Amino acid sequence: MRKDKLSNIAFYIAVAVFIVIIVFPFYWQIITSFKPPEQLWNIPPEWWPSRFYLGSYISAFTKRPFLTYLKNSAIVAISTTALAVFVTSFAGYALARLHFKGKNVILALALSVSMFPGIAIVSPLFLMMKQWNLLNSYLGLILTYTTITIPLSMWNLTTFFRTIPADMEEAAKIDGASPFYTFVKIILPLAAPGIFTTAILVFIAAWNEFLFSLTFNTKDALRTVPVGIAMFPGEYMLPWGDISAASVVVVLPLIVMVLLFQRRIISGLTAGAVKG
Amino acid sequence: MQKRRSIKSTGIPENILGYLMVTPALLCILLIAIFPIVRTFSLSLTDMKMQFPDAAKYIGLNNYVKLLKDERFWNATCNTLFFTIVSVAMELVIGFTMALVMNMPFKGRGLVRAAVLVPWAIPTTISATMWKFMYHDQFGVINDILLRMGLIDQYKPWLGSTLSALWCAIIADVWKTAPFMGLLLLAGLQTIPIELYESATVDGAGRIRRFFNITVPLIMPTMLVALIFRTLDAFRVFDLIFVMTGGGPGNSTETLSMYAYTMLFRNLDFGLGSAIAVLIFIFVFLISLIYIYLLNIQND
Repeated sequence: MRKDKLSNIAFYIAVAVFIVIIVFPFYWQIITSFKPPEQLWNIPPEWWPSRFYLGSYISAFTKRPFLTYLKNSAIVAISTTALAVFVTSFAGYALARLHFKGKNVILALALSVSMFPGIAIVSPLFLMMKQWNLLNSYLGLILTYTTITIPLSMWNLTTFFRTIPADMEEAAKIDGASPFYTFVKIILPLAAPGIFTTAILVFIAAWNEFLFSLTFNTKDALRTVPVGIAMFPGEYMLPWGDISAASVVVVLPLIVMVLLFQRRIISGLTAGAVKG
Repeated sequence: MQKRRSIKSTGIPENILGYLMVTPALLCILLIAIFPIVRTFSLSLTDMKMQFPDAAKYIGLNNYVKLLKDERFWNATCNTLFFTIVSVAMELVIGFTMALVMNMPFKGRGLVRAAVLVPWAIPTTISATMWKFMYHDQFGVINDILLRMGLIDQYKPWLGSTLSALWCAIIADVWKTAPFMGLLLLAGLQTIPIELYESATVDGAGRIRRFFNITVPLIMPTMLVALIFRTLDAFRVFDLIFVMTGGGPGNSTETLSMYAYTMLFRNLDFGLGSAIAVLIFIFVFLISLIYIYLLNIQND
C-alpha cells in the first residue's frame, strides 16, 4: 500500500517535471515582456518583473510594424485555408467516393509532394513569382501555401469522406439527384467537422511558414509574423522586450485555439499515421 | 422534385466528374511543386546568377563537381546528419515516454495532452527566439539555472561556442517536436486492444514481457510513420538555425538548407544553390526509401 502511494507520487512528480519543461519558455517570454527596461538587462536575470510595464507591448504595436505583420499573416493564412479546403473538398470527395481510374496514383503523388523540402523548390518558384510579378504580394504566398498544404488537406478529407455512411448518398441517388448535387447538399454538411479539423491544420501550417515568406516578400510592409519577428531590427542588442511582447501576442491566440480544438487537432494529426 | 430532375439531366458521367473534381488540386501540385522540382534540377546544371537570369549558361555537372570538393558542403552535410540523428533519437525516446505516460489513466491527463500540443502549434521562429534569449551569455536564464544548480562555475556563451551551438539547436528542436511524436505514438498505443494485455497477464507475463511482446511490435508501424515525418522534417531544418545562430559560429551549425539558402539568396548563385537543393532532395528521397523498405518488412 505504502509502496503504491510512493510510486504514485513519483509518477506525478515526473509528469510535473515534463509540464514545467514544456511551459517554462512561455513563462520566461511572458515575464520578459512585462519587465521594465531597467530590469531587462540585470545579471543574473530576475524571475519576476519588478513592476508590470506595458511599454514593450505599446512599442511593438506603435514603433514597429507588428500590426502590419499580423494583418499580412491573417490575410495570407485565411485565404490559404479557404482556398486549400475548397479545392481539396472536391478532390477528397472524388477520391473517396467516385469511381475513376488513377485514384491511388493521385494520392501517392500528393503524399510524395508533402515530403518535398521547401528549399528544393524555392529557387524556381522565386523566378516564377518574379516573372509573374508576384514577389512582395499576398497572392504569391497564398498560391504557394495552398499547394504545400493540399497534400495534407486532401489526405485528411479523403479519409474523412470515407467514414461517412453511404446510405444517405444512395437514397439521394434513388431520388434521382446527380453526384454533384448529392455532394453539395448532402455530403458537405455531414463532412463539416472533418472540414473544420482540416482547416485548423492548414491554417496553422500557413500561419507558421517561414522560408517562402522570407524569400518572396522582402519588403517590410508585406512580411508575415514569423519573418517579421525573426527580423526585428537590433544593431548590437536585440530588443528583447519588444520581441517578447510581440511573441506573446502571436502565441496566445494559438494556445487558445489549441486548447479549444485539442481533440480535433489530435485526431486530424494522427489519423494518417495510425492507419499507415 | 422538379429541380432535382433538371440537375440530373445536366449530370455528367461519374468518372468525368471525378477527374473534374481533382483537377484544381492536381493543377496546383503540378505547377507549384512538380514543375519547380524539375526546374531546380535544370537550374543546377547552369551558372545562373539571380540578377542576370538571361545570361545563364549550361555548364553540365560542374556545380556538383565543385560541391564534392567543397569542405563547407561536407561540413553542412555532417551537421545536418548529426542534427537529424540526434534530435530524432531524443524525440523518439522522450516522445515514447510521454505517450506511455499519457496512455495511463490519471487525474489531469487532458491537461497534459493539451499542454503537449502548444509547442507544436507555435511558429518555429518564435520558439527559436525564445530559446535564443534563454541561452544568452549574459541575460540568459539557462546560465542562471545551471549556475544556481552548481553545474557550471561561470556564465557560458552557449550559442557562441562551436562546441555547444549545435546541441543548443537540437535541444530547442526536441522541446518543440518531441510532444508531437508523443501524440502520434499515443494514438498508436490506443489502437492496441486491452484484451491482449489481459490475456497475457492471465498467462503470467510480467510488465516488462508485456511491453516487449505486445506494445513494441504493435506500435512499430505507427512509430515508423512518425519517424518518417520527423526525420524528413529534421533533415530540412532551416527556420530554427536561421533564427538561433544563422549557421554560426564558424559554420558549426550550418545545415544543408541553410547553406543552400545562403548560396541562393545571399550569394545570388542560383546554379550552385540549386545543386545543393537537388542533393537535399535526393537525400530526402533516399531516407524515404529506407523507411518504406522498413515498413514493408514490418507488414510482411
